[in-house]
Amino acid sequence: MSDASAHALEHHEPVTSTGIPNKKVLMWAFLGSDCMFFGTLISTHLIYRKISATVGGNFLDIRDVFDIELTSFSTFILLASSLFMALGVSAIHKGNLKSMRWMLFGTIIFGAIFLACQVYEFTHFIHAPGNELTLSTYRGEPHVFGSTFYVLTGTHGTHVAIGVFWLIGWLAYSFTGKMSVAHAIDIEICGLYWHFVDIVWIIIFPVIYLMEYAL
Amino acid sequence: MATESIKYLAPDTENKAKTQVFPRPGQHTTGLIDWLTTIDHKKIGLMYGMTALFFLIVGGLEALLIRSQLWDHNMDVLTNRQYNQMFTMHGTTMVFLVIMPLSAAFFNYLMPLQIGARDVAFPRMNALSLWCFISGGLILNLSWFFTGGSPAIGWFGYAPLTDTRFAEVVGDMGPDFWIFSLQILGVASLLASFNFITTIINMRAPGMTMMRLPVFTWMTLIVSFLIILAFPAITIALVELMFDRTYGTNFYDFLEGGKPHLWQHLFWIFGHPEVYILILPAMGIVSEVIPVFSRKPLFGYGLIVFSGAIIGFMGFAVWSHHMFTTGMGVVATSAFAMLTMLIAIPTGIKIFNWIGTMWGGRIRFDTPMLFALGFITMFMIGGFTGIMHSSVPIDAQHQDSYFVVAHFHYVLIGGALFGLFCGFYFWLPKMTGRMLNEKLGKFVFTLMFLGFNLTFFPMHYLGMIGQPRRTHTYNEGHGFETWNQIATVGAFILGVGIVIGIYQFVSAFFNKKLKPAGNNPWDARTLEWALSSPVKEYNFARTPIIKAKDQAWENNYGPRENHAEKEPLDDHGVHMPDRSWWPLVTALGLFGLAIGMLFHRNIDPSGELVRDYTVPILAGSIAIIGMIMWALEGPGGYHLFPKENDE
Ligand code: HEM
Ligand SMILES: [Cu+2]
Repeated sequence: MSDASAHALEHHEPVTSTGIPNKKVLMWAFLGSDCMFFGTLISTHLIYRKISATVGGNFLDIRDVFDIELTSFSTFILLASSLFMALGVSAIHKGNLKSMRWMLFGTIIFGAIFLACQVYEFTHFIHAPGNELTLSTYRGEPHVFGSTFYVLTGTHGTHVAIGVFWLIGWLAYSFTGKMSVAHAIDIEICGLYWHFVDIVWIIIFPVIYLMEYAL
Repeated sequence: MATESIKYLAPDTENKAKTQVFPRPGQHTTGLIDWLTTIDHKKIGLMYGMTALFFLIVGGLEALLIRSQLWDHNMDVLTNRQYNQMFTMHGTTMVFLVIMPLSAAFFNYLMPLQIGARDVAFPRMNALSLWCFISGGLILNLSWFFTGGSPAIGWFGYAPLTDTRFAEVVGDMGPDFWIFSLQILGVASLLASFNFITTIINMRAPGMTMMRLPVFTWMTLIVSFLIILAFPAITIALVELMFDRTYGTNFYDFLEGGKPHLWQHLFWIFGHPEVYILILPAMGIVSEVIPVFSRKPLFGYGLIVFSGAIIGFMGFAVWSHHMFTTGMGVVATSAFAMLTMLIAIPTGIKIFNWIGTMWGGRIRFDTPMLFALGFITMFMIGGFTGIMHSSVPIDAQHQDSYFVVAHFHYVLIGGALFGLFCGFYFWLPKMTGRMLNEKLGKFVFTLMFLGFNLTFFPMHYLGMIGQPRRTHTYNEGHGFETWNQIATVGAFILGVGIVIGIYQFVSAFFNKKLKPAGNNPWDARTLEWALSSPVKEYNFARTPIIKAKDQAWENNYGPRENHAEKEPLDDHGVHMPDRSWWPLVTALGLFGLAIGMLFHRNIDPSGELVRDYTVPILAGSIAIIGMIMWALEGPGGYHLFPKENDE
């Protein structure tokens, strides 16, 4: 089997000028671009943060809304998922399909827990008694914080969700019997994506959440 | 042989039959199905080009309506709203549906040939880019038929013009169409750029080092980087705007705490790199053409490449020169003014290099060269006025006057469009195998050059004496009439020139009476000229081994050791990837998703807003299914067995 797949790999992935597979260059280019997507969203949030503290005398202390224990927990979960992802990539490189499945499964579950926390967090904020923070209002008055906050963290959540579905796709594919070392590159670029989304959260968490407690 | 060849394809293709909904079009597909499912970079390039030429006519007609309205004081060819719609649609069309896709047409067709590759790195993704571009163009122009008609917000869509509360027509959908169209066009540009970057970095023939790449390929690479780094800013700005308009967020809503100013920043962080996205491809084309018609190598290749990269890099640091009059404060304004002046230096370097290339050469004035010379001179005029408004106090006078309209048309028509027309006259013989009629070509150039200058030169003066831009008419007694009439006459001359030009391009594909071109009619320098005209489906029968810059020239005139060699014929033949329906299906899904989102809101009889997501969800699922099937079908493929030198 490994012989045949090595043969397949040879023809499937032609020699490239840099020696790096095409798919990997593609993913790096995409991630470079994605940095700018998040850069724009995070700047929007930071620019509005100070301005939006008081709109029409409606003073917002976001600490009344945030649930920092919950977010710290989900941050931890997302970070831990990266470990599973890394182990999954290394498993498929060694041709160990079984271990890869477990690792992908772990990544998916942790990703899903993170998403569940986010959904909980959003509903919680929207209905926070006396402190309702919606997309466009705070305590029923027009406000910008909700706009920048939900769109930014929602975009990140969408990235995680796409990653989860992508991994589910590969997990399912691994049961068709067609998966081999030749697919290591595919799992590897999933991994690149996953770690990147993780790193973005490592920026979002201190800048959007923790900073509110420090400053 | 046949079984043998299937075995070593992608591991997934063996179970083809199971995952197939439509039969996958095979090797001998022709006609419409071939065009719809093709993943050949040359055919995709041609479709980009033809669609963009069509939109050039649409955008041109809009411009002529604008010019007719301005013929005399207080005309009413167009109402003020229609006028606003016209310049919005004209600007958006010309930037996103004409100049960018024309550049993409040349990137697609030429770049793989110039680096000695079989195709781009991801041929099916390339097809998806094409179909997304066409969908985006359709969505923008569909806006004419729905509530409020086309957007009337300018191609820059400044807040609060886009605020639903200030809509002139209740329930105006124009801006929504504009938002969704730009989003899908953004997807097209981003995907294409990822693809080109991977191709240029990774698929160069052996010996084709980075510093041997033709300048046009270099510009493709730089523009692709600009696109992937600049488009996110507008994409996010548009997402925020979409949320403002559909879900009531407050990003740009100054009544509820938002800042319209933020839109301007995000738009121009994209917008200024965008102007280099428009001009650098034309500069690449001109850098290929001038050496050929001066019969000298390009003067200062390294400098031209390097200054292109510097321009691209600095392009991200000057955006606020579009906002000098918004009151950003002295420090920011001065910094942006200084950086803007600095960026003129690498641009000037390029111009001197082109002049240096011509210096002492034996210049031939064929049509491509005429357009290249037109490019240099006209682009210089636009560049000079650009330097003028990099000075803050002077810009305060220019802003929103016709002087600015003159400036950006000198760089966009005199620059970008002339450069692209130059590319057509230069490479169509390669694409069609036929020479274009020189006399007609020169006639087109004369019309365009005259018409263009008649239209836009007077606008400098009109701007100086105070005619405001984006204003549908003017009163008697300002002395605006004469120059406006000259401009309008010029616009029609330019229009006739462009139409004849387009006729000439299209007919080159069909007119069998034209002279055959042969492989290298201009005695040109880059690799694509070593292939037959039109280029064979598989590009290179044997991968070339590159020995020098200007390889085609070296093959003919260079010392022996500089002649290209070729890798031996592969007894597996040339592996051609299969055509596919899935890019088209995926693009249709995205198209449906956009349309669905546009119409998901309804007001029920009791006056309540109801949201119905059925169509977006259905269409989104089609896109997702398309992608899954795409992944499952794999690249597939068949083999061609060209003879030794059959290329
Ligand atoms: C047929 C040739 C053309 C004519 C006669 C023409 C004429 C005009 C006129 C009269 C305006 C409106 C000025 C105002 O009142 O604000 C305009 C705007 C504009 N044109 Fe052209 N144009 C032509 C081709 C092009 C091309 C090839 C481009 C290339 C990208 C272009 C890009 C623009 C842009 C970006 C605007 C600004 C739109 C806005 O303010 O939203 N035009 N043009
Ligand atoms: Cu600019």
